[in-house]
Amino acid sequence: MSVLEVQNLTVELGGRTALADIQLSIDSGELVGLVGPNGAGKTTLLRSIMGLLPARTGRVLVDGRPTRPGRAQLGYVPQRTEFAWDFPISVENVVMTGRTGLLGLGRRPAEKDWSAVGDALDRVRMDQLRHRPIGELSGGQRQRVLVARALALEPAVLLLDEPFTGLDMPTQELLGDLFVSLAREGRAVLMTTHDLAAALYSCDRLALLNRSIVAVGTPGQLRDPVLWMDTFGVSATSPLLRILTAV
Amino acid sequence: MSLTDFLTDLFNPDLAFLPKALLIAVMSSIVCGVIGSYVVLRGMAFIGDAVAHAVFPGLAVAFVVSGNLIVGGTIAGVLTAVLVAVFSQNRRLKEDSIIGVFFVAAFALGIVIISQAPGYAGSLQQFLFGSITGIPDEDLYVVGGTGILILGTAFALHKEFVAITLDREMARAMGLRVFWLDIVLYVLVTLAVVISVQTIGNILVLALLITPAATARLLTDRLGAMMATAPAIGGASALIGLYISWSWDLPVGGTIVLVLTAIFLLAWTLAPRHGVLGRILRRGPRTPEPAQ
Repeated sequence: MSVLEVQNLTVELGGRTALADIQLSIDSGELVGLVGPNGAGKTTLLRSIMGLLPARTGRVLVDGRPTRPGRAQLGYVPQRTEFAWDFPISVENVVMTGRTGLLGLGRRPAEKDWSAVGDALDRVRMDQLRHRPIGELSGGQRQRVLVARALALEPAVLLLDEPFTGLDMPTQELLGDLFVSLAREGRAVLMTTHDLAAALYSCDRLALLNRSIVAVGTPGQLRDPVLWMDTFGVSATSPLLRILTAV
Repeated sequence: MSLTDFLTDLFNPDLAFLPKALLIAVMSSIVCGVIGSYVVLRGMAFIGDAVAHAVFPGLAVAFVVSGNLIVGGTIAGVLTAVLVAVFSQNRRLKEDSIIGVFFVAAFALGIVIISQAPGYAGSLQQFLFGSITGIPDEDLYVVGGTGILILGTAFALHKEFVAITLDREMARAMGLRVFWLDIVLYVLVTLAVVISVQTIGNILVLALLITPAATARLLTDRLGAMMATAPAIGGASALIGLYISWSWDLPVGGTIVLVLTAIFLLAWTLAPRHGVLGRILRRGPRTPEPAQ
């Protein structure tokens, strides 16, 4: 059964249609890459799934139930620039902020909250650095802190927005492996990315998005260059298409 | 004047206003230090400035109708803060433009209102630059009570304030009421400003909010330490500032702010990790910034 189910979702931003009639379902254990050009609505889709944008039509189900902010078991990893890295706070306390909504007003973290934080830090291999101020972390470490913050909720679905942007190749590889194994442990993982080669290599399925879903399938099923030309609006001679045949 | 003379004056019954002023200055500096930490970390110094100016029409109305200054200032400040929060929901205009519109308008209103009071020049000066005389006894209780209320609220909502500062989008996704938390924080800033205006004055009150917290930020990378250091710096500066101002007959608000600024400059030069001197001694032009 699919854990995340997007049904007939249409979203309008500032009066124009940003997403039209999106259908997408993701099973547990699956890593799905969401690819498309700038302005295709990748981040908008993730934000809609999180319940941060109102849907004009359609709905999003997690485990068969509609999502609402603070209710559904959704872990969200926003782009790294959306976070106040100059804040004087340690790694473990950032990860604990992932449980703020769960804790509720006026409640302090209890034993089980700290154990969830510890597990999340172990999972991204940041447990050695748990007391370090976040301002002193490298780009890859920062990305792992944000993933741990999402994991602290013990979510069934993990949404990753451009997790590789601005990171060097070894770090990208490390994170890519982490995302695959997070999926294999039974989570449904949806990741937006501009890195097509990495997406084709590590994702189980890809969703090609440009305002609407152009195609969804395994990398093997998406060999047809026309799909990619439609999605990205590129010509038949684009170097982008060469990646398809290379992988 | 020696410290002993200052202490003698403090306990001189003819100078009863002096210990009252000291108590109020220290209490309000402590409260401002804690609330200012949120202001500095959120980069909303401009909002602090706006609220500080926005309490002015309320003070003016209270003065004209002989009402309580703290109540009047709070109403005006909170009203402006709420207007800013509501108007900034419109994404076409950035928050700082909204603030720019409202805080000058509030200040203008205050000037128009207070001009209606006879002999307003003297009271205007008192509002703008603060004064240590003429503080009624009940203000001690009002400032103390309000201070405890402010600190209690901040303590109760601390983890929510941290979460919305770190990542508003994520906070919203977790189901936090970001808009209402913003309003509460603005109200806390307003109250902290209002209880401080009496001694330090409307123009300089921003320093009490920003400078101790900014100084503390230079000295530590831990939030808890920062929120303990800032009120300590504020309280100590209020004490030292009042002492200097009493000894040399200087305006109290200005003196306290100059003491705060001196401590800030010291920290900026000598702070163990982030200070300029430390960097030079470590033989690098700058410590390398961690990769984004």
